[in-house]
Amino acid sequence: MRCRQMLLSGTVLGALVLSSGCSIQPWVKPYERDRLADPIMAWDRDAISAAYLDHIRESREGSRGATGGAGGGCGCN
Amino acid sequence: MTHRYIFARAAVIAALLLVRSTSADVLPDDRADVFYSKYSGGGMDITGYSATARAKITENFAVEANYFIDKVSGASIDVLSQASVIKDERKQKSGTFEYLRDKTTYTASYTSSVERDYISDTASFGLSQDMFGDLTTVTLGFSESHNTVGENNGTANDPNVAWVGHALSRAYSGGVSQILTKNFIAGVNLQVITDAGYLANPYRSIRYLDPTNPKGYSLGNQVYPDTHTSTAVQVQGKYYLPYRAAVTALYRYYNDTWGVVGNTYELDYTHPIRNRWIFEGRVRYYKQTAASFYSDLFPFADSQNFVARDQNLAALDNTTVGGKVTYAFLPDGWKMFKRGTVTFDASRIRFNYLDFRNIKYYGVPQYPPGSEPLYNFNANVFQVFVSVYF
Amino acid sequence: MRSTSTLLKRCAMAAIVVASTAFAAGGDASGPAPAFTLTTLAGQPSGLSAYKGQVVMVNFWATWCGPCQQEMPLLDQMYKKYKPAGFTLIGVNVDKEAPAVKELLTRKPVSFPVLLDPANQVSKAYHVDEMPSSVIIDRKGQIRYIHRGYKPGDENDYQDRIRQLIRE
Repeated sequence: MRCRQMLLSGTVLGALVLSSGCSIQPWVKPYERDRLADPIMAWDRDAISAAYLDHIRESREGSRGATGGAGGGCGCN
Repeated sequence: MTHRYIFARAAVIAALLLVRSTSADVLPDDRADVFYSKYSGGGMDITGYSATARAKITENFAVEANYFIDKVSGASIDVLSQASVIKDERKQKSGTFEYLRDKTTYTASYTSSVERDYISDTASFGLSQDMFGDLTTVTLGFSESHNTVGENNGTANDPNVAWVGHALSRAYSGGVSQILTKNFIAGVNLQVITDAGYLANPYRSIRYLDPTNPKGYSLGNQVYPDTHTSTAVQVQGKYYLPYRAAVTALYRYYNDTWGVVGNTYELDYTHPIRNRWIFEGRVRYYKQTAASFYSDLFPFADSQNFVARDQNLAALDNTTVGGKVTYAFLPDGWKMFKRGTVTFDASRIRFNYLDFRNIKYYGVPQYPPGSEPLYNFNANVFQVFVSVYF
Repeated sequence: MRSTSTLLKRCAMAAIVVASTAFAAGGDASGPAPAFTLTTLAGQPSGLSAYKGQVVMVNFWATWCGPCQQEMPLLDQMYKKYKPAGFTLIGVNVDKEAPAVKELLTRKPVSFPVLLDPANQVSKAYHVDEMPSSVIIDRKGQIRYIHRGYKPGDENDYQDRIRQLIRE
């Protein structure tokens, strides 16, 4: 009974957080993104070079996948 | 060709490009790159040439096209015993469409890779979504690759290719990137890849102890499972240092149904000077366990259902030290060019095999089979490219 | 039991409403425009009060913001066109350091006043939640319209609003 209640309130809390996520005020404001917008903060400045290095490694190692990154930048528009 | 295996995953890798730096608020600048690369190590020399161009057709729609040629000469060590000098060429073409709507970027791309004894076609789709005040970016991707594997039974100059099998590969990826502070962005990627079909390299063979053979061993065919599923998780962070520099750290964990477990650690440092120069240094360490059906020397013929001696599946570690310099010859643009740069990137990789022996010593009386020194080699990787932004 | 499902429904609806407004490029706004005093590149103090009685557009921009750079020449044209009719455009720059701003404006000058807000006080006061942002203020000093982001064609939207407010 108690377990079920806790699970329910946990789900409600989770849903609340997720649904109110859109209205969570960003703690890094759009006008504070100067550093993140700097090209040196991009995950891969040169995709062609990053892809080539991945290719070199994946053809000589037994691992593959999960490389790369997205996001960051100026967050404009 | 031996290098087919080396290029084999290139098509899947092209697909992985989709998960690379997309920011779902503005499409990236128009850009063109001309690229040259040279890999030499382990008896192989591979020269690569590439040209890429991307342009926005409208504010919300962009296209990108890439052409890549690899030329291989030499032979990797574990083929030396069977094949003579190898020369081959691979041509790869790819096209990508990007569509931006509100905070979402949709990507679709197609890549075709052709060489004498290996053909690969890959279609990929991706989605990138900015949320929570543009602090969070979620990416999803799917790609499917159809490969046709052949074996050249002739020579480099007089080929005779027999097609031996097909393979189908599917990759599912997801990632979340989160801006944590004004100076710090972090991310996590997950990718699951499944392959089915003919997954071995037809040019490699196993060896097993054979007292009837004067060398003490005989060669045999590899037998691979016809399925393979792998999971990789990478966590990474990038931090802005107050004097204007960036440091990146990443860790990737990999495991698969063939028993390979891989750990990758990498550290990068980027240091710009004004608007003109960017210097970058990187250090990477990789270690993997051998596949469960791998052995450098099996006890006798047909000792297991699955047998492999492909050095990629051996227990190994490698260490890379690299540096990159970018010089902006057009830092503020000129006429229609916003910026122009030239980049040099050089790395040195030391490969160490823990259970793959050096073929140079096979059959040498001093080293009975199974006691030959372990193999290791150094590789130098060099890239130079010119990029112009419009 | 019933109360949690109602709560969940309400949260979901709120999220949808918030999410949909979050994507709107421009919206009518209201309230008095917060007063401010900043310095120009030359070091002269200036602020909103200097343009009392005019229709004012306050444009928040940065040297590191691509769409901001894109709209600058169009804002300049718009400023020159409507200035005689009692319109002013103030470019509030949010860069942390002035040299980059000076360098950019030397290469690509504009005729409208540019004020520096390195401490981001004005950006905070105007609740800037997108880069670039343009706040259009009427002759009585009331905020009437906020436009978030910039896509080519948005300048038509600006002009419509400005003409409307000039006529008032």
